[in-house]
Amino acid sequence: MRYVDEFRDPELITKASEEIRRLAERERHYRIMEICGGHTHAIYRFGLKDILPDNIELIHGPGCPVCVLPMGRIDDGLAIAQKGDAIFAAFGDMMRVPGTHGSPFEHKARGTDVRIVYSPADALQIARKNPERHVIFFAIGFETTAPSTALTLIRAKREGVHNFSVFCNHVTIVPAIRAILDSPDMRLDAFIGPGHVSTVIGCRPYEWIARAEGKPVVTSGFEPLDLLQSIVMLLRQLRAGEAKVENQYKRVVPWEGNLAALKAMAEVFELRPHFEWRGLGFISQSALRIRKEYAEWDSEQRFDVPETRVADPKAAQCGEVLKGVLKPAQCKLFGKECTPEHPIGALMVSSEGSCAAYYNYEYRKTASLVTEISSVA
Amino acid sequence: MSKGVAVESNTPKVRFRDPQIEMAHGAGGKASRRLLEGLFAPLLFGCSQDPLGDAARVEINGTSIAMTADSFVVKPLRFPGGSIGELAVNGTMNDLAVAGAKGHSMVVTFVLEEGFPSSVLEAEVRAMSNALRRAGVAMVGGDTKVVERGKADGMYITTAGIGRPLPTLRVNARSVRPGDKVLLSGPIGDHGITILLARGDLELEADLRSDTRSVLPLVEALATEAGPGVRWMRDPTRGGVATSLNELARDCGLGIALLEEEIPIHDAVRGACELLGLDPLHIANEGQFLAVVAPEYADLALNALNSAPGGEDACIIGEVRKEPANAVLVSTRYGGSRIVDMLAGDPLPRIC
Repeated sequence: MRYVDEFRDPELITKASEEIRRLAERERHYRIMEICGGHTHAIYRFGLKDILPDNIELIHGPGCPVCVLPMGRIDDGLAIAQKGDAIFAAFGDMMRVPGTHGSPFEHKARGTDVRIVYSPADALQIARKNPERHVIFFAIGFETTAPSTALTLIRAKREGVHNFSVFCNHVTIVPAIRAILDSPDMRLDAFIGPGHVSTVIGCRPYEWIARAEGKPVVTSGFEPLDLLQSIVMLLRQLRAGEAKVENQYKRVVPWEGNLAALKAMAEVFELRPHFEWRGLGFISQSALRIRKEYAEWDSEQRFDVPETRVADPKAAQCGEVLKGVLKPAQCKLFGKECTPEHPIGALMVSSEGSCAAYYNYEYRKTASLVTEISSVA
Repeated sequence: MSKGVAVESNTPKVRFRDPQIEMAHGAGGKASRRLLEGLFAPLLFGCSQDPLGDAARVEINGTSIAMTADSFVVKPLRFPGGSIGELAVNGTMNDLAVAGAKGHSMVVTFVLEEGFPSSVLEAEVRAMSNALRRAGVAMVGGDTKVVERGKADGMYITTAGIGRPLPTLRVNARSVRPGDKVLLSGPIGDHGITILLARGDLELEADLRSDTRSVLPLVEALATEAGPGVRWMRDPTRGGVATSLNELARDCGLGIALLEEEIPIHDAVRGACELLGLDPLHIANEGQFLAVVAPEYADLALNALNSAPGGEDACIIGEVRKEPANAVLVSTRYGGSRIVDMLAGDPLPRIC
């Protein structure tokens, strides 16, 4: 399969892994954060830890939009839908995320009209087909998904579809990176830059990380070879004492980003003064809300929002894991009270969350097994 | 769902505490297992039974009979490569086949929705009739119910089937040993992805057909050539290969090690899974089966499958290990590995 097989080629992967071993100084410990949840998932899914030397530690960043969404927002979205007998439409990733009174799936079993959609345009289509019902699209995601929400809102306004609104939870990646870097217990050497977000915002927004913080950033693709090449590029910079932004994912990411997508976002969205992130707390100017020109299609401006606030369970140590201070399995609840089927903490709810990825792919593996397995079939 | 030969499970006793039924309880993964082991099995089947087997064995006057029941609620009713009627016959016969039995006869119940077009019903009955003829199985009775408009998505089909045990086969998770080889009859994921695409929600198209078929000819070939070496079989329907092998791992207390590159998957299925973030190992099949075979019989078994019509793509995808106990580990040629758990939740509702 094109664009997949060549990036999983055993020979090329072996070469990249040898290059990493050559570049990494033996007495040095490297802490590299992958910002994006898609990378976290890929790192576990492809078992990259088995390939990397021990002194390269990957710290999982805040880039899982489902994980960082506070529970109160889910409660609010479901409450508005229930009260107005509306159709609640959301991506499949949201369906098992627990609210105070259960996940969207549990609400569905109790009678709320919950629909999985694959894009905001599908939710708008449901609204067109059901003119007598209101449809709420529960929008989540970083700059990756925000443009499609923006374009859908532009279309809804142009077509005059009045039974459709968006409950907007879109967040932006750069303020979250800043919050991580400002955190006093954080020690990082370099960043693997987000792949999908960068297709929209490009690579320039990371330049301050290199310039002001002195940390190298390499925007990376999602295949095993992409990630290993990105680590090679980071190690080369560290070895040369450099800090700059580089783009490993050139086949997809343009340096300047996608101007049409950014224009659509600017048309529909503005920055919220502050927004709560699960595990990280309030971060100023870190999320998007819908401009008043689109008020009719904004669930928050159109309906009464309960503004539920739910404190994270005290025992869950999501914040520490999110900042890379603790490993998933070091949390007291990991694998006991908190599992992917019954998540308590933020990072267990989505397959891109570091706890869920660790639980699904890594936990229960034994070291002795990995070395002898290649001759299995 | 059916009860079968007693297997002592070494996993802790499961409790069913879920407050309500959700789609995941029917998806064949973790929630289904909780419902079955935590509620149905203790109250209905008696504690010594294996509720997760594909078919039960009962003895009547010294004659051993295999028995199974199944229901079909697939949506849409027709899809590339098959339809609900054909699926109902093949699915029932396959449950008997992988329990080591040759289907003999079956009964059927139709639940029909008011207003359902007779022409569609007739087409499905004809599809069943053709599948019965191909399988050499008799339909010996049934029942019909009609429910109000909007209650049954057109039609639901429920079946029960009985069969005669194939004399050379004795399959039982308890007999599985470290070193045994895991065989797969052909490419995985065709059925689940075909249904997903046939729903039309994704606006994706691919040249793909459901793999629905009777696996009995392949099971018979295996029984003839390598019968004494076959320890366990399962058709990986809902929840896919990962769920079936996780059930085996937990039932025998051993680990299953697979090599990812050895698992046959059509490019269209791989592509759809990459795009949608699904693992092909979790996608349903309706015409494949897994077999665990003693190592000394592995070549015989593989040759038997490869020489039988429809078994050309069969291959060895892994082996049984002591570690990781109760789990399935997939490794790759490039050196990475991962644990693959049972399906949690429900990525593809209503596939059979």
